Amino acid sequence: MSEIINQSLTELVENVKNKKLSSTDITKAFIERSEKSKELNAYITEDFTSALDKAKKFDQKPNLDLKLPGIPMAVKDLFCTKGIKTTAGSKILNNFVPTYESTVTENIWNEGAILLGKLNCDEFAMGSSNETSFFGNVQNPIDKNFVPGGSSGGSASAVAGKLTPITIGTDTGGSIRQPASFTGTVGLKPTYGSCSRYGIVAFASSLDQAGPMAQNVKDCALLQEVISSYDPKDSTSIDFERNHYSKELTNNIKGKKIGIPKEYRVDGMPKEIEELWQKGIQYVKDCGAETVDISLPHTSYALPTYYIVAPAEASSNLARYDGVKYGFRASGENLIDMYEKTRSEGFGAEVQRRIMIGTYVLSSGYYDAYYLKAQKVRKLIKNDFDAAYKKVDAILTPSTPSSAFKIGEKTNDPVSMYLNDIFTVPVNLAGLPGISIPAGHDSKGYPLGLQIIGKAFDEQNILNIAFAMEQKINFKNKIMDWWIK
Amino acid sequence: MSKNNSEYLISRKDNQYEVVIGLEVHAQVLSESKLFSTSATKFGAEPNTQVSLVDAAFPGMLPVINEFCVKQAIKTGIGLNAKINKRSVFDRKNYFYADLPQGYQISQFKDPIVGEGKVILDMPDGQKEIGIERLHLEQDAGKSIHDLDPQNTFVDLNRSGVALMEIVSKPDLRSPNEVSVYIKKLRSIMRYLGTCDGNMQEGSLRADVNVSVRAKGSKELGTRCEIKNVNSIKFMQMAIEYEANRQVDLIEEGKLIDQETRLFDTKKNETRSMRSKEDAHDYRYFPDPDLLPLEVSDKFIADLKNNIPELPDDKKKRFINEFKLSPYEATILVSDIDIAKYFEEVVVKMGKNKDMKLAVNWITGELFAVLNNKNLEISQSPVSAKNLAILVNLIKNGTISGKIAKTVFELMLEGDKDPQKIVEEKGLKQQSDPKALEALIDKIINDNREKAIEYKQGKEKLFGFFVGQAMKASGGKANPQLINEILKKKL
Amino acid sequence: MSIDLKTIKHISKLSRISVDDKRAEKLVDDLNSIFDFIEKLNELKTDNVKPLTSVAETTLKLRPDEVKSKNIREQIIKNSPQDNEDYFVVPKVIE
Repeated sequence: MSEIINQSLTELVENVKNKKLSSTDITKAFIERSEKSKELNAYITEDFTSALDKAKKFDQKPNLDLKLPGIPMAVKDLFCTKGIKTTAGSKILNNFVPTYESTVTENIWNEGAILLGKLNCDEFAMGSSNETSFFGNVQNPIDKNFVPGGSSGGSASAVAGKLTPITIGTDTGGSIRQPASFTGTVGLKPTYGSCSRYGIVAFASSLDQAGPMAQNVKDCALLQEVISSYDPKDSTSIDFERNHYSKELTNNIKGKKIGIPKEYRVDGMPKEIEELWQKGIQYVKDCGAETVDISLPHTSYALPTYYIVAPAEASSNLARYDGVKYGFRASGENLIDMYEKTRSEGFGAEVQRRIMIGTYVLSSGYYDAYYLKAQKVRKLIKNDFDAAYKKVDAILTPSTPSSAFKIGEKTNDPVSMYLNDIFTVPVNLAGLPGISIPAGHDSKGYPLGLQIIGKAFDEQNILNIAFAMEQKINFKNKIMDWWIK
Repeated sequence: MSKNNSEYLISRKDNQYEVVIGLEVHAQVLSESKLFSTSATKFGAEPNTQVSLVDAAFPGMLPVINEFCVKQAIKTGIGLNAKINKRSVFDRKNYFYADLPQGYQISQFKDPIVGEGKVILDMPDGQKEIGIERLHLEQDAGKSIHDLDPQNTFVDLNRSGVALMEIVSKPDLRSPNEVSVYIKKLRSIMRYLGTCDGNMQEGSLRADVNVSVRAKGSKELGTRCEIKNVNSIKFMQMAIEYEANRQVDLIEEGKLIDQETRLFDTKKNETRSMRSKEDAHDYRYFPDPDLLPLEVSDKFIADLKNNIPELPDDKKKRFINEFKLSPYEATILVSDIDIAKYFEEVVVKMGKNKDMKLAVNWITGELFAVLNNKNLEISQSPVSAKNLAILVNLIKNGTISGKIAKTVFELMLEGDKDPQKIVEEKGLKQQSDPKALEALIDKIINDNREKAIEYKQGKEKLFGFFVGQAMKASGGKANPQLINEILKKKL
Repeated sequence: MSIDLKTIKHISKLSRISVDDKRAEKLVDDLNSIFDFIEKLNELKTDNVKPLTSVAETTLKLRPDEVKSKNIREQIIKNSPQDNEDYFVVPKVIE
């Protein structure tokens, strides 16, 4: 049996079920590793003492029928966890302790998992590098002073650095898939409506989705099985029959048609990305699938569309952070003064920027030109996918236009930061599932990911394709534990 | 539309102005739980005890719509003879205020659940039709209390999220009186349907009043001002009168009217501009991404339509046709569902040989007088419909006279006593035996021979004297009709 | 289409976020570069396109009229910054 922290989720679950390991063993191991890894700054809140207590309790009366029996797990600090501080990476929620649990995390604890702590993220999930968090930057385990991606940067870093065997993030424009790509891990954004949004701090309601971030595809499938459920407390939750994603996982993708969209070949794209993509195409063929050239004509309009729709919804979703009911409050001479100071001091620069964009595009005289227009283009983007899916079963693209960049490299130029999401954003706009798997390394030796996009509700198919490719790729994450002294 | 002879006009020197009024009525939906959350809606609860996590806009909370509130809105739309929209959309109306925890109100902007309709008003000189523009569902806000603390405002979110129906009229109203009749009609319709209790004191019914003026006969609309949140009909009328005159004064002075939002100051009886609006509100409406468009089927609507109770206009027609009431009487009796119910129960309990006119008079006369006096609603009437029916029957079948009945009625007020029992206990039965009365009258005529002769010679007024004597002699119990008959015969 | 200081001041009022002049200047630059990027959408003709209402492929589900959330005043108020057990307390509005 290999060292605990080097085991996959699937292995750990098996070892608990066949009594080779106890929950206490596993929890202790990840706590120790987490405590040595403070330099990564992956955690905002640690709940180690309580986690150990829960592990011991579990071991006293273990329920081995559960899917995640006694498995410790840290989660992105966007999920409301009852009794545990939930900050969304922001000063304005720095002292907020929810009295309720999100549906997704409830599902996880119901299957026997144990909370290790809350993971760092870009403030209110707005960012692609985890550099906008009130709680400081997160380090990429790949190399010192490199970003892990964002907004689920803490999550990606924690999985890659083995501080947690698996975790969940949220993805609005790429916030699971892009950091997965940057850290050499696997990240799945499910179909919109697959996972409940109840209890998740909202960023952009029509785009947000929770999803697993894991070391490998099988682990990812297992967690997806646990978190995906119909929730009547979320009006956008969809009641459809969910597969047993891990049980039905297969590497047999013979005969599957995989679309290769030409518009994803963008100007100035690094050669390495194109090469990786070609490799991916070959892997897929080696697995017995067929590739088909397709066109998604409105791809280049996805990012501008996203940067109207997401900030618009966010500007409204974040209006509740006003210092009245909970969270940070600045003192003011009167109500308006209190609001203005609270939000000015409580929100970071990126959040303020996006709220302003959102407020502007919804404002009188601009609604038609921006928001309405964006919703029309969104329809066109969705239509592109619907047309493509008449010919193919899934679509293969790169995950990101580059590997991880240096901390501070893009913070002065918002637009260049936004371009990180160029391949991931269309998937959110169309509400489709997308998974990023590590597929290779660039010349610096940093990981690069490939993305498989599926039809709505067809997570099983893209998990299978990812599973098959993963075996061909045989990716090895070159992590040297540089942060552990 | 019938000619309105008593037009409401504002006169100045040589000019006459008419007033154009449109109302936006906010009616709280009668339901157990709120529009998008599962907390209770009862009035008068301790502060912040009917507030859920969704109502208080905690992070991650989401709206889920209450089916019953949708039904209530559709039923109201049916009662307003309006078009029901099978597809409607919920939009966010974004603004900041302490009693608006989300920082936006979920409302309906472009696609409301109910479209155009109409309401018929019974005016003194005929019927008038008031157009309804639309009805939509929206969340109510919480309450800000400014007078519990000199520096601070206290916020109670109990009301936050309660379902409201906003009913927008077309600018068809022309006078404070019409406004009163309109509000009462709306209120009545909703109370009949059970969709809103119309209790203005508790705030279940409020209105924003839009007022503009124009030269009499003009077809153009003047600049309007909105008077927000007026919560009684009386104040609405006062506010309209003040505002219309204010606008006319400005026009007469050659000034322009600013389109603005105003408040009615109930202490000074005047409207004033709302100071805090430096910029006009930009609500930045957009469809709520946490909700999908609402779709209702033809069957959903038909099921509701088929189960609508008889509404005031139809009930009025039936009262006129079936019970032979006058339009005036019928209007009064259908004006509120509780009055109609009371009346209908009296009718039933009167059984065969009922005297409809008598029943109507007793209800609208004696009973209403008592209720007004004691400030009671008919649902709190000290006299039940059952017992009032008995009383009316006692008069009809001659057991007691109308005059005696008034005495009996007074006695009924204490604990809703059975009038039959009162008559028996107090021995108030009318003396209707012709023989006994004849004997009585004979004696009176004998005792007053001179007067009898004077009467026969032409002093007709003396008839009353003899009637009075007969009543006195019988202790008030003589059947007045018989007395009249016998006296006529004998004199 | 250019965003100026006046616009920033207006938006900051609407969104209740105060910005000092220095920050406002930076926001003018940031927003202008972001909007230049967004302007790309104007290349597309969308007159006959119906806007997307939701990607969720389902209809709005209606819930029964039941009171499920009882009195949780303590929970609701305990996170609020001011110390009052019954009400939320905020500085007065100038009316």
